[in-house]
Amino acid sequence: MAQTLTRTPTRARTKAQIVDGDIHNAVASDKALYPYLPERWRQYHAQFGMRTYTGSIYPRANPNAARTDAWPPSGLPPGADLSFLREQLLDAWNIAYGICNPLVGIQGPYVEYTAALARAVNEWQAAEWLDPEPRLKGSIVIPYEDGDLAAAEIDRAARDPRFAQVLMLIRSREPLGKRRFWKIYEAAERNGLPVGIHFGGAGGNPFTGAGWPSFYLEDHGGTSQVFQAQIASFVCEGVFERFPNLNIVLIEGGFAWLAPLMWRLDTSWKRLKDEVPYLHRAPSEQIRQQVWLTTQPMEEPAKPEHFVQLLDHLGMADHLMFATDYPHWDFDAPDQAIPARLAPTVEAGIMAGNAKRLYRLS
Amino acid sequence: MDEIPPGTRKIVEVAGRSIGVFNIGGEFFALRNSCPHQGGPLCTGRVSGFVIAETPGEYHYSRQGEILRCPWHGWEFDIRTGQSWFDPAKVRVRRYDVTVAPGSAIATVEPPPAPGLAPGPYVAETYAVSVEQHLVMVDVPG
Repeated sequence: MAQTLTRTPTRARTKAQIVDGDIHNAVASDKALYPYLPERWRQYHAQFGMRTYTGSIYPRANPNAARTDAWPPSGLPPGADLSFLREQLLDAWNIAYGICNPLVGIQGPYVEYTAALARAVNEWQAAEWLDPEPRLKGSIVIPYEDGDLAAAEIDRAARDPRFAQVLMLIRSREPLGKRRFWKIYEAAERNGLPVGIHFGGAGGNPFTGAGWPSFYLEDHGGTSQVFQAQIASFVCEGVFERFPNLNIVLIEGGFAWLAPLMWRLDTSWKRLKDEVPYLHRAPSEQIRQQVWLTTQPMEEPAKPEHFVQLLDHLGMADHLMFATDYPHWDFDAPDQAIPARLAPTVEAGIMAGNAKRLYRLS
Repeated sequence: MDEIPPGTRKIVEVAGRSIGVFNIGGEFFALRNSCPHQGGPLCTGRVSGFVIAETPGEYHYSRQGEILRCPWHGWEFDIRTGQSWFDPAKVRVRRYDVTVAPGSAIATVEPPPAPGLAPGPYVAETYAVSVEQHLVMVDVPG
């Protein structure tokens, strides 16, 4: 059906309150972190530099994976200019709070260096984003391939209540339920912080079980494969049973796939319980209690009523949280993103209420 | 007219609307600066052409300079008509054959700009343009 629609771009198009669960504030350059790095690591950073983002070998549609209108007039990269981010995102859409998820290559094998880098990124967030802009909340970046160093950084950074969560990336070196990551979950639970796990990462494994695909389209459209593997790992390794107050947020991984995965895990669990006798709750129960999901990029079934059915299957509309993914090219516009008419209370929960409850935003 | 040489565009405010005026080889076209998909600032997007492949490994490129891509999600619009286009062999969205709504006339009669393409679901708002004494006139209906 062809349609001619008329809309006025931006300028506070939305009246209802919005919390944005996924904003990518960017480090402008390597040098931007120098003030936050001790001399030894500044020298290492200058001389050897960050390990590049080897998990993401696909050219991402646009430079910096950004909307082509998101390059600030200041010449800084997309997401690196706070005043432009305010104008193009926070003010334009009446965003009450936004969760910052800086994507910085801190997954390198030299963990002492990545621990210093993670701390620098967290101090940079506090000084350059959270101090000047109270609508923004931070995510604690951690050297998560090392549980002890990561837990220490969580304990240090969590003293600043403006950090809303711990941040990891979905493509780890090993499945995230494994024991070597438990100190991270223990520290997050101890500090009352959810663990957000975002699309991407450089663990070295392909995101599929079939090897490395050729195209970014496969990476973008197929990323739920690695999210599924990680959720199965969290459940089966007993992470949710061992840390019953831990909340995991899946960011930019979709959500339509989760209901059928829960059905299958529940069915198999009933038959294979002896293999994992420490699982006292059904997988679906653990997931519905302790997993949260952001919406972008939104599921867009061809028939809007299928979206409503999807939420019914999922049974987690109270754990779904709207996100824009600004400034990236697959940005979801707050007033356009939800593809079906939902009950007003459900929609208000997705757009703001659920995130306010999880992140304790007033 | 001199402000918009061939291959360039200018974004203007007319009657409270943001409109992009494009010069393609001396012909002028005007589109509303708002994408019918999610409302992105359409006319600030990149101008390119179509890449078409009838089979894997064969490509041809056509209509360079006549196709506008939205800066947000990359939807492609024909600057001449405002029509969006996509390749039904690659994009499995086949729900547009059910209802023929007013405004779809362009979509149903216009030949594809390149082989293998079908009209997309969106039509950007266009305005009539004329040139009078080196002034580009955009006709915005009341």
